[in-house]
Amino acid sequence: MSDATRLSVFKTYKLYVGGKFPRSESGRVYEVTDSKGNWLANAPLSSRKDARDAVVAARKAVGPWSGATAYNRGQILYRIAEMLEGRREQFVREVADAEGLSKSKAAAQVDAAIDRWVWYAGWTDKIAQVVGGANPVAGPYFNLSSPEPTGVVVVLAPQESSFLGLVSVIAPVIATGNTAIVIASEESPLPALSLGEVLATSDLPGGVVNVLSGRTAEIATPLAAHQDVNAIDLAGADDVLAKELEIAAADNLKRVLRPQPVDYTETPGIDRMTAFLETKTVWHPTGSLGASGSSY
Amino acid sequence: MPTNAPTAAKTLSDVTASDSTLRRFLHGLPGVDAVGLEARAASLGTRSIKTTAKAYAIDLAISMVDLTTLEGADTPGKVRALGAKAVHPDPTDRTTPTTAAVCVYPDMVAVAKEAVAGSGVKVASVATAFPAGRAALPVKLADVRDAVAAGADEIDMVIDRGAFLAGNYLKVYDEIVAVKEACGASARLKVIFETGELSTYDNIRRASWLGMLAGADFIKTSTGKVAVNATPANTLLMLEAVRDFRAQTGVQVGVKPAGGIRTTKDAIKFLVLVNETVGEDWLDNHWFRFGASSLLNDLLMQRQKLATGRYSGPDYVTVD
Repeated sequence: MSDATRLSVFKTYKLYVGGKFPRSESGRVYEVTDSKGNWLANAPLSSRKDARDAVVAARKAVGPWSGATAYNRGQILYRIAEMLEGRREQFVREVADAEGLSKSKAAAQVDAAIDRWVWYAGWTDKIAQVVGGANPVAGPYFNLSSPEPTGVVVVLAPQESSFLGLVSVIAPVIATGNTAIVIASEESPLPALSLGEVLATSDLPGGVVNVLSGRTAEIATPLAAHQDVNAIDLAGADDVLAKELEIAAADNLKRVLRPQPVDYTETPGIDRMTAFLETKTVWHPTGSLGASGSSY
Repeated sequence: MPTNAPTAAKTLSDVTASDSTLRRFLHGLPGVDAVGLEARAASLGTRSIKTTAKAYAIDLAISMVDLTTLEGADTPGKVRALGAKAVHPDPTDRTTPTTAAVCVYPDMVAVAKEAVAGSGVKVASVATAFPAGRAALPVKLADVRDAVAAGADEIDMVIDRGAFLAGNYLKVYDEIVAVKEACGASARLKVIFETGELSTYDNIRRASWLGMLAGADFIKTSTGKVAVNATPANTLLMLEAVRDFRAQTGVQVGVKPAGGIRTTKDAIKFLVLVNETVGEDWLDNHWFRFGASSLLNDLLMQRQKLATGRYSGPDYVTVD
């Protein structure tokens, strides 16, 4: 069969929720175009019910994921990098289409994103030493602070940087044991939806990352008000939306990371990890033990 | 669905005269069209119930819940906590209706009775060697009398599935009659068929008629202790049975699906089945109940969502 007669096989982009690839509950899709306005694919247009389902999936995953050893989480994050490396060509093409970049510039973005997974993979079992530790106290006690994940985190992915920016906001959230609901860039969601396919084959338990595409404001509003969401990263919100979401988020005291100008090509630092950590401090009696096994 | 069952009330009093007349009657019931039944149940489950109708359905469903704890590890403290939850399902919103009843093992009836005293919430107790029902009749009756003496308003009995499956219908019938008598005038009797163990829809229809002939006040799908519990299809079948039974005898019998109903969506589907099959007469907790434990939390979360516009979460309902 010659090339001319072969029918093209289009890809159906689907959401990634709870380790599965559902279509939007609403049945809606919207057209995604490249930077010049040419049609690329249809992406699911998520509804608030998809958002609700994603929260249920993310909540279910919090226990096992936060309970996994930091070492194991690091291995899995590294595995994501490995899987991405194998599908590098696909992501270069998608990023080039989405952001109107040349092949080489898109390749640089994808490489940086892969390296970012590796970078955060290394941090999973080191962050506790950096932000936790033994505190000096004036009494016969150990006083130990340790960072704990916040829980379910909603992430509004950056609108412009469709892949490097996306990875730069997801990886720090899940590295420390949170689970994430990611709202992909509204104009260029395809790299995010394809990332779901990579995550599904990287030993990452279902529900740890959930990817939704659609109108950012439509999905983010119910999530910001959702009582079972613990934190929200507003990276992809404009000023007006960010303010609205922050007000909605105040109701159950969600942690909020406000949008800020970030150069995603630079080494990120640990701020995005610590933004979604809570410090637990325990007092533990010390001193010599008596015959009863207690110092009292 | 019309049935070919004998229409005169007089005939019904004769059918329990002997084992053979009872068998002839039960086996004379029309066979169940399994595909049609499941399709009907599934199509009724597609109704979209929104806004004010949903609010009504949620409150109705809460008022129909038999809040259940049937664990070997039940403690008096757990039963008291359950009683408090039945009386005030959502302590932050006192407009929430109370549940219909709490459902416990016989030895916990006194504790439950005290916990719900003065609230109108009833105490139901499983009895007759629940959940297997494999005990001698005197033991079962003693179990029932204990529960009634302790103050149970309702008794949930299990039928002898072994006898039923062996075709020994009169034995099952006599047991139900005896238990009904032991309940006395004060306690209503719910008869559990354990539909998951009856194998066929035909058997569920036969068991329903058998239970109603023997004087059940309620017919109940399951114990919640086996793999297959209440499904829309088997509940629809039982609703048809109580509808036909009332048409023939004028006696109204309640229905209680139990086990496996965990979400508001499921509960509303069952309410649609009730409304479409037997009508509004049964849309009341005197005639329809949900046997459930985790369902109530989902109903409360949905109720909070409707009241506030925000999705609620498990942090805002009790952990049972």
